[in-house]
Amino acid sequence: MYSEKVMDHFQNPRNVGEIENASGVGTVGNAKCGDIMRIYLDIDENQIIRDVKFKTFGCGAAVATSSMATELVKGKNIQEAMQITNKAVAEALDGLPPIKMHCSLLAEEAIHAALWDYAQKHGITIEGLKKPKSDIHEGEEAEDEEY
Amino acid sequence: MKPLIYLDNAATTRTAPEVVDAMLPYFTESYGNPSSIYSLGAQNKEAVTKAREQIAQTLGAQTNEIYFTAGGSEADNWAIKAAAEAYEGKGRHIVTSAIEHHAVLHTCEYLEKRGFEVSYIGVDENGILRLDELEAAIRPDTILISVMFANNEIGTIQPIKEIGEIAKKHGILFHTDAVQAYGQLPIHVDDYQIDMLSASGHKLNGPKGIGFLYIRKGVKIRSFVHGGGQERARRAGTENVPGIVGMGAAAQLAHRTMAERAEKERQLRDYLIRRIEEEVPYCRLNGDRTKRLPNNVNFSFQFVEGESLLIMLDMEGICASSGSACTSGSLDPSHVLLAIGLPHEIAHGSLRLTLSGETTKEELDTVTEAVKRIVERLRSMSPLYEDFIKGKNKA
Repeated sequence: MYSEKVMDHFQNPRNVGEIENASGVGTVGNAKCGDIMRIYLDIDENQIIRDVKFKTFGCGAAVATSSMATELVKGKNIQEAMQITNKAVAEALDGLPPIKMHCSLLAEEAIHAALWDYAQKHGITIEGLKKPKSDIHEGEEAEDEEY
Repeated sequence: MKPLIYLDNAATTRTAPEVVDAMLPYFTESYGNPSSIYSLGAQNKEAVTKAREQIAQTLGAQTNEIYFTAGGSEADNWAIKAAAEAYEGKGRHIVTSAIEHHAVLHTCEYLEKRGFEVSYIGVDENGILRLDELEAAIRPDTILISVMFANNEIGTIQPIKEIGEIAKKHGILFHTDAVQAYGQLPIHVDDYQIDMLSASGHKLNGPKGIGFLYIRKGVKIRSFVHGGGQERARRAGTENVPGIVGMGAAAQLAHRTMAERAEKERQLRDYLIRRIEEEVPYCRLNGDRTKRLPNNVNFSFQFVEGESLLIMLDMEGICASSGSACTSGSLDPSHVLLAIGLPHEIAHGSLRLTLSGETTKEELDTVTEAVKRIVERLRSMSPLYEDFIKGKNKA
């Protein structure tokens, strides 16, 4: 069902954990559909993502996409991080089964939510970044049938 | 490669070697069509009849009340659709439970789209049907009650005797999906006042692709497959002779070994339940503790998602299943776990382990250790667990 890369990132997830006093934290997804992703960003004064950690409650694909997403944003500046799409995350994992594509969307949303938190805390605006849709307990039905 | 530990016997079982031995001659030697006149065929008619007798005996039924099907799902479809059609002159209302197998639920939904009304009776927190709700749902136009003998996910055994009495009292046909119970529990169709019963071969160490529907004599029921005269013209098509022979042999074997096997499984089941409850924090046993199939263990582990758990168990050579959304091919967790009142996030973290007569205590020790380790690891990655621990520390 899963590619070797997905299995590798599931078995050996990169960047699992928390960052104390993180520059930005974003939590997306909801327990109802079985996936919650939290991303911690440590961003320096040059707006470079120095460190990133994640915690995920979810299936194999959810864990693997979280892991891959953290790899993709690490060392990037916030504008570059904004460019990382769910498609890029899925492609970097050599694809996901169709029913699991929503997991990759969650990874993109988690990064955006963490960047939003960072922007709020620092009173800045990041081009193209919108307020995260909702917190983890709301708006859960809407995306259910998209894929 | 670690040795395989197979704990998914509710999904399917290993075909017993003696069942395979019984089947083999019917592929290459005695391959005749049972409907033929010459002895190569005619002798197969006897083999089919013998299997029918073997099964009828296990249920206290008559031989001509057993109809072979391609499995449990077909038997469920047939029982419900054909009964609905045969009795729609009386009414168009069906009563079933909220925790049936999809072979029953989706058939009922199909009938709802065609003008039938279906009442889905709820269950208590252990998955036992609410009999008062069942009785209250009965109407003058109710034609069928269909309730499973035992649940496939949480193993809860239903009050079939009471349901049979209610059906009898109101003159309503009673069908039970016994796919999980047949071969594990003694079932006598008269004691339980069952009018129709579905069963499947591969759940009791028989082959896949074969099952049967018991139809009590006198029950009006339409043909499911039209064609030749096989199965008293109610289910046409050349008989799956090897499968039927295998089904008969498996039924006989399962009933011969039932008492001893069930006792052994019950002890091992309760041992596994006790170990997990004692050693894995924040878990919940799903299903009734005693009114439970001898081989079923079903736990929810808080803060953990089922598919992740299954993949990690698989990497250790352990075969199990889960009611999480990701394993159901949809985004919703199991309807059974939701029906017993589990919140979504806990329903997503379920693990079903189903034993066989061959399961050993050593295997269960290995599995317990693996579950402990994996649950701990997944929790260390879970934001829900992080929040829970932080909340606990604050309090």
